[in-house]
Amino acid sequence: MRTYLPSSENIYRHLDWTLIICYLVLVIFGWMNVLASCNTDDGINILDFSQKYSRQLIWILSAFLIALFIIFGLDPKFYRFISVIFYIIVIGLLAATIFIGNEVNGSKSWLTFGPFSFQPAEISKIATSMLLATFMSSQYFDSSHPKFKDILAVALIMLIPMVLILAERETGSVLVYCGFFLMFYREGMPGWVLIAAFTAIALFILTLVTSSSVMAMAYSAVILVVFTIRFVKQKYDRRIPPRKRLVSIYLLSLLAGLALIFGTKYIFNDVLQEHQKARIEQLLGMKKDIMGVGYNVHQSEIAIGSGGLTGKGFLHGTQTKYNFVPEQSTDFIFCTVGEEWGFLGSMFVLILYATIIIRIFNRAERNTDPFTRIYGYCVASLITMHVIINIGMTIGLVPVIGIPLPFISYGGSSLWSFTILLFVFIRQDLDSWKTYKKTSYV
Amino acid sequence: MAANFGRKHYIVIGLLIVFVILAARLFHIQIIDDEYKVNADNNALKYETRYPARGQILDRNGNILVGNKIIYDIMVTPRDVKEFDTSAFCAIFDLDTGYVKEKFREYKKFRTKIGFRTMPFIKQVSSLQYNIFAEQANNFTGFDGIARSARYYPYDAGANIIGYISEVDENFIEKHPDYKPGDYTGRTGIEETREEELKGEKGYTIYLRDSKNRILSHYKDGEFDKSPIPGKDVVSTIDAPLQQYGEQLMKNKVGSVVAIEPSTGEILAMVSSPGIDVDMLAEINKHYNDLINDPYKPMYNRAVMSAQPPGSVFKLVNGLIGLQEGVITTSSRFPCHNGYHAGNVTVGCHVHPSPLDFYSAIKMSCNSYFCYVLRAILDNKQYSNVAVALDQWSKYVKSFGFGQKLGTDFPSEQAGFIPDAKTYDKAYGKRRWHSLTVISLSIGQGEIGCTPLHLANFCATLANRGYYYTPHIVKEGNGIKIDSCFHERHYTLIDTTYFPEVVKGMYMVVNSPAGTGGTGRIAYVPGLDICGKTGTAQNPHGDDHSVFICFAPMDNPKIAIAAYVENAGFGATWAAPIASLMVEKYLNGNISPERKDLEQRMENANLMNRVRIKSPRK
Repeated sequence: MRTYLPSSENIYRHLDWTLIICYLVLVIFGWMNVLASCNTDDGINILDFSQKYSRQLIWILSAFLIALFIIFGLDPKFYRFISVIFYIIVIGLLAATIFIGNEVNGSKSWLTFGPFSFQPAEISKIATSMLLATFMSSQYFDSSHPKFKDILAVALIMLIPMVLILAERETGSVLVYCGFFLMFYREGMPGWVLIAAFTAIALFILTLVTSSSVMAMAYSAVILVVFTIRFVKQKYDRRIPPRKRLVSIYLLSLLAGLALIFGTKYIFNDVLQEHQKARIEQLLGMKKDIMGVGYNVHQSEIAIGSGGLTGKGFLHGTQTKYNFVPEQSTDFIFCTVGEEWGFLGSMFVLILYATIIIRIFNRAERNTDPFTRIYGYCVASLITMHVIINIGMTIGLVPVIGIPLPFISYGGSSLWSFTILLFVFIRQDLDSWKTYKKTSYV
Repeated sequence: MAANFGRKHYIVIGLLIVFVILAARLFHIQIIDDEYKVNADNNALKYETRYPARGQILDRNGNILVGNKIIYDIMVTPRDVKEFDTSAFCAIFDLDTGYVKEKFREYKKFRTKIGFRTMPFIKQVSSLQYNIFAEQANNFTGFDGIARSARYYPYDAGANIIGYISEVDENFIEKHPDYKPGDYTGRTGIEETREEELKGEKGYTIYLRDSKNRILSHYKDGEFDKSPIPGKDVVSTIDAPLQQYGEQLMKNKVGSVVAIEPSTGEILAMVSSPGIDVDMLAEINKHYNDLINDPYKPMYNRAVMSAQPPGSVFKLVNGLIGLQEGVITTSSRFPCHNGYHAGNVTVGCHVHPSPLDFYSAIKMSCNSYFCYVLRAILDNKQYSNVAVALDQWSKYVKSFGFGQKLGTDFPSEQAGFIPDAKTYDKAYGKRRWHSLTVISLSIGQGEIGCTPLHLANFCATLANRGYYYTPHIVKEGNGIKIDSCFHERHYTLIDTTYFPEVVKGMYMVVNSPAGTGGTGRIAYVPGLDICGKTGTAQNPHGDDHSVFICFAPMDNPKIAIAAYVENAGFGATWAAPIASLMVEKYLNGNISPERKDLEQRMENANLMNRVRIKSPRK
């Protein structure tokens, strides 16, 4: 039996300082970059609360308070009990936003209460993670042989907020939800689902840049070759157990692939919105329009590229100063990192993220408490998605999708929710330090 | 969950792969590729475009047809705009305050996209308005005026020939990537065909910006600036006074007049009526819809686009072919009994003595005579059948430039149509037609389509006694090159020895004594030796078209002209006076007192209501 506060030993000695230090470095480094991105020759006045950097300072300090409260003030079991209620409230907020939200840059995702406004979509990630962890860690849920209705329940928990966020036209956050598949995979979802998903994305892109007929032929050929190899192996290699329904599996993947290839044009032209289409065209080089759709990415690449190896130095970025890059303190904050701190600074940030993410995976993996493990995987996956999409977008590897860079981007909603996500995990993990001491893999 | 433990490794490996890709891309743009550093410098530098003056268009004597005047575009840098007095601003430019509000609403909406860019706010402001604005410019931070040159037209002539300029649109830029939004390009006419020479080359001035995007200094004292290179002047072959006179005569008539200098192929005048006013050219966008919807289609350049039957003028072609083929001689005489009667076909004619020889047949424009000529050509025993003979005939006709684009330096020229055996094989079936079927070709009716330009070129060929230079509208020199084909003589398939015979007949058309049946006597001007031929082209849509071609003087001709007045009636009534007045004006410089009445009558006549209008485009 674990207890909330063990009397014999102070568990706080076992706090995961690696995560906490990485977090602190990122947040402080982030604030410096917000400051740099707002820097003009007017000078810096930290007490001028019309400035983003001053406001961000308030967000940071309050985030620290929240972190402290989570670590010292809340019983970690608390989340399991409130996760359902929390989730329902958040869903209600999401739904309300569709009707009474403020429209900013084409998406209606802000709720305003008096002087404060925030994005329910950010909080929904926490609620969804908690509910998924609660549900999937309950004895009721058998993850090795899940019942169909359980899978359905899990899917619904994830899909409801996704649909609502989609209705707010906040496409970026919807994509982030796909990160949960990493957790599902860890919890036993068959690997082919991920393979199929990546294949589908690859087919979609390749069909856009080539043509559907070429891709159809190429894909059919690949499937045929793989199938033949597999078939011959199965026939002559006794070590491979014969698999039933081999033909139908390959036939099905062939048909699904072909359907996607021939549906690509339709999806691209009729399902995607105009600006999404334009951004994808820009990314794939199908159209070059550096003054229009491609302006942001082009300017952002210039800013990052001009940083060179060591960067132009703190507060010395010219691209940043002249405001060439739009949304510079929020979605495109990485431009400032790249320009002022150069390749070394960019690597520093990437390594910090990798450390945080991998550390969470590791700690989650060796935790004996399924809630902590599942929740940990959710947190790490969400951070992963944000980092890859955000940085990828600023350097022209991913279409422009407006989501913040965790811990760094300006904005209270984002900073708060990532702080909560991370520190709830740290606290959960701390709670079970005793148990995994006894296990083999410390 | 130990069973799934290994999966963490896959996830971590996948994550690392993606991070390595991100790092590799960062390495590429930050360390390897220098392009981004250069671009970053460019961002801090401001290139201000300096527009060159567009080349002028002059007439053959140096009169300015199209010149330049200075106007201003008011530019705005939305991020720099401070609060300003909207109503004062609007008062200067005669604007509606709603326009300003609407613009700024737009800027606000796209502010992230616009950034610090500068964009046009009001276009084409007169220098008067600009000067008022400039005096108060410090009240309107963020606004700025840049000088541009606009077209102005001192001579009210040749709007259809000159063409106009307009701002390039997105489609155009897609096809011509060296143009930028805000640039102008020539549309139609010389403005379009000579765009390359006229446009000049843009230059720029480089400024350094400070952190607030204010211009800090002239970058390196202008060391890297580029001055704009003004466009070249284009000298056209047009004779502005003649062009203007032609437009005056053709006022309130539908049709066209084309005048060519036979010895060079230079187009002296090209009137298409009703045409565009030069005042409209300057503000073509304002008038564009009116012009497009005008039932008389003023944008349609009839001189090169309207292919119609040439009427009796075409008899000269058939006469020449007859002589060349040896089926007639100048002394051949054919009867006319108020027309030509063969089988159940009758081609009517007017009352005149019979039979006639070659010259008199031209002089009196006898239909019957040329029916005999055409049948002699087509039923020539030398050819196995009528189809072969007609193909040969068609070849002769096309050697004059008929039925094809002449290849002028003028846009939207039409080819017209000359039939050959295939045409009738298709219509009647192979061997189901004979020379009598196509008899109307003899008098320039039926399946023939010629533009007034074709007719003028034909007239120039007659004036040159057997060859023509491709008509063109731009003169060489002053850095302007024209295609070498404009210096080449194009001979027809007719021996040059036969041309003087036809010219003799054409002389008689105009100059034979009164009462002897010359159809073009009204074109007679003492001392000018005008040679001409009338034509009256029947058409199924209304009154006959009035046609006349002539050149003068007979020896060493200076001008060849074709006039085509739609639905006006006999060639002698309208086309001949108009053409001859233009010849007289061109050669003598003024109209003799005894022809002033005729001039008056032509100028005042309004034949517009005779033209049946197709319902206007909606």
